[in-house]
Amino acid sequence: MAHERDALITGIGLVSCLGATLDAHWAALNDPAGFSPVLDTDTFPPFAVHPMAALDLDKQIPKRGDQRQMEAWQRIGTFAAGLALDSAGVKGDTDLLSHMDMIVAAGGGERDYAVDAGILSGYPKAADPGVFLNERLVGDLRPTLFLAQLSNLLAGNISIVHGVTGSSRTFMGEEAAGADAVRIACARIAAGQGDIVLVGGSYNAQRPDILLHYEMGRLLRRAPFDGIWSRQQSGGGMILGSVGCFLVIESRAHASRRAAQAFAHVAGVRTDRCRREPAQATANARAQIDALRFDPTGSAVISGATGVTAPTQEEQAMLAALGLPVRATATALGHSLEPSFLASLGLAALSVRHGRLFGPLEQAEAPMAGPLNQVLVTSWGHWRGEAAAVLAAA
Amino acid sequence: MKDTDHLGRPVVVVTGMGVITSLGQGQADNWTALTRGVSGVRRISRFPTGGLRTTIAGTVDFIPVENRSGPALAQRLAELVIEEAVAEAAIGRAGDFPGPLLLALPPIELEWPQRLAVAAASGANDTVTYDDLVRAAGQGGFEAFHQRFLFGSVADYLADRFGTKGSPIATSTACASGGTAIQLGVEAIRRGETGAALVVGTDASVNPETLIRFSLLSALSTRNDPPESASRPFSKDREGFVMAEGAGALVLESLAHARARGATVLAVLEGCGEVADGFHRTRSSPDGKPIIACMRNALVDAGLAPEQIDYINAHGTGTPENDKMEWVGVSAVFGDRAGSIPISSNKSMIGHSLTAAGAVEAIFTVLTIQNGLLPPTINYDIPDPALPVDCVPNVARPAIVRHAISNSFGFGGQNVCLVIRGAE
Repeated sequence: MAHERDALITGIGLVSCLGATLDAHWAALNDPAGFSPVLDTDTFPPFAVHPMAALDLDKQIPKRGDQRQMEAWQRIGTFAAGLALDSAGVKGDTDLLSHMDMIVAAGGGERDYAVDAGILSGYPKAADPGVFLNERLVGDLRPTLFLAQLSNLLAGNISIVHGVTGSSRTFMGEEAAGADAVRIACARIAAGQGDIVLVGGSYNAQRPDILLHYEMGRLLRRAPFDGIWSRQQSGGGMILGSVGCFLVIESRAHASRRAAQAFAHVAGVRTDRCRREPAQATANARAQIDALRFDPTGSAVISGATGVTAPTQEEQAMLAALGLPVRATATALGHSLEPSFLASLGLAALSVRHGRLFGPLEQAEAPMAGPLNQVLVTSWGHWRGEAAAVLAAA
Repeated sequence: MKDTDHLGRPVVVVTGMGVITSLGQGQADNWTALTRGVSGVRRISRFPTGGLRTTIAGTVDFIPVENRSGPALAQRLAELVIEEAVAEAAIGRAGDFPGPLLLALPPIELEWPQRLAVAAASGANDTVTYDDLVRAAGQGGFEAFHQRFLFGSVADYLADRFGTKGSPIATSTACASGGTAIQLGVEAIRRGETGAALVVGTDASVNPETLIRFSLLSALSTRNDPPESASRPFSKDREGFVMAEGAGALVLESLAHARARGATVLAVLEGCGEVADGFHRTRSSPDGKPIIACMRNALVDAGLAPEQIDYINAHGTGTPENDKMEWVGVSAVFGDRAGSIPISSNKSMIGHSLTAAGAVEAIFTVLTIQNGLLPPTINYDIPDPALPVDCVPNVARPAIVRHAISNSFGFGGQNVCLVIRGAE
């Protein structure tokens, strides 16, 4: 039953390898010829990444000075945040934005690869390596790079560029950070601790330091660069993708006062953790689905499965028991850590508004005929964190 | 005391605290040093300082840690302060804390010793590039670095170790992070989601690159001799903050929850205020509006008038800009009383513990109220005529404090103000 403190998604800003608009995403996901991924296999061999589509930055970050103060991950996020505000019809509404709350899920920013390479090359030969490190960092680091790297400065840039200043919080912690950002946004709305929240994150996968990090964990996929589920036959692994996704989540009362059209109703969000001993994540997910009172009739699953074998295969078995059509968004967008759950929610909300699920992304995914009632959105982090949400018609 | 506040929300109380700063480990040692005007700022011995303009910091060097790195030490400090706080609160059972973990944590990335270890494994000779690092990583042996330098691994370890409930939150709002973590805990209790919350701020960021990054922003004091004189909040010759390490943990509970289990209430968290600043990445709006609104929001949230505030625990970093803007804010909010409300900066002694500061200084604010003793602002030798504050110069002073506020303002425009009162 509709309640004035229901959390509605009234704005979506999504940018990825599939494009910079919701229409571009919907079209790519419903290609009559079947889905074909956008992959860059040339830049970071032996790995592939889903590269960010071309963004006309001036449209959302009009001051070139602001663009220069950011690294790519911040530009992607600030751009997507602007799209979400446009989508919700609140861009430039100074008074509303000054009361709007913001929760950003963020990692950190790009390093200066030339500076790092110079230090790594010279350090072993330096007469006094410690002093060499100090002198090179003092001499070579750009002062503004720090601000382009700090986790909370994506939110800072959104405050500066778009004027969202009601409150500003940044959550860190890979996939779980995005899920907890949404959970807390919805909980605040339900409790009357806020009326309208901008929540999102961004990820630049086209970074050697990121690939290094996940290669240290031996978690990256090598060719063939197939879908999340088919990949499980041959060792699994992650293909990362550059993604920015922000949502405007708003109370039903607030949305109706300003006659905003909602994409979907966030009927519930749950997050938890475990040590990932066998079956623990499944137990968490089952408890979440029960608590969410998910109605499987006419429903589908949008999964955030990362491709990493143990959690992906455990989730696959858990989902198989539900017997519903499933889409793994990382096959289409690549895996994007912090914003991955948000992007899944964005695509789920878009599907709910269209009244149908988008097409299969690989052979293992069944087509879905008939109208879409609810979407269960899951996110099991590549290492930790299990989250689930249910989206329904607004 | 009623279980609900002026807005009908559950009253949130503090029932346990734990703290580590450059002054030492535990509430007792810290409070003694803090009220005697002792400085924890010292010459950096952890790494070579040749070629650096700033060679001092409030490091925590007295806590051993295996496989040292920023996150490893931050995690160890958090573990120790949680142990102290949970013991004082006598809450839950070992490994079973009845509420969520809300952790203020600095951003995490691979550090130089680890990056150099991967480079060494690559066997590259003349020039080492990221291609070489990635190739070396692919040969295996660096799995522990992946986990250690995830943004989520410190919070996950602590959640597992102390058995907190649900998904732990790791938050960063720069120098306001500790305040943000407390605010997240207060809000969760007010929503009725939980009867208790474990709130922690921890920071162990004194390494060459982080020090140099702050130095390149001209944020740090370069007054290296003697180290203990470098942090000079509100003084005319202040010239920057001093980086420091530390951690603070607070057990928060609804009053009803605390009373039901017979817990001793240490203080009441009456209100939180928050406003972001969209002016600039490192500077406050020149009109001080966000800082003013932040303090006013906190007072409104607490249901108090400015006249009821007896003490301000300043953000007080000792940078020319911060202290000036904090005074602009305080004088706007408190009007004629601004110059006579005591406002002291713990950072004059412990340095700026960055992510941990909001939690550490909230704890010191509670101790200030409990003990009826205002910690001083040390190194206050030359008053700044532009900042006519009563900063409790150099010597602690007895005072009855009913309601206090604690300010935290961060790079990136994130501001948090807390209102705290004593237990009745």
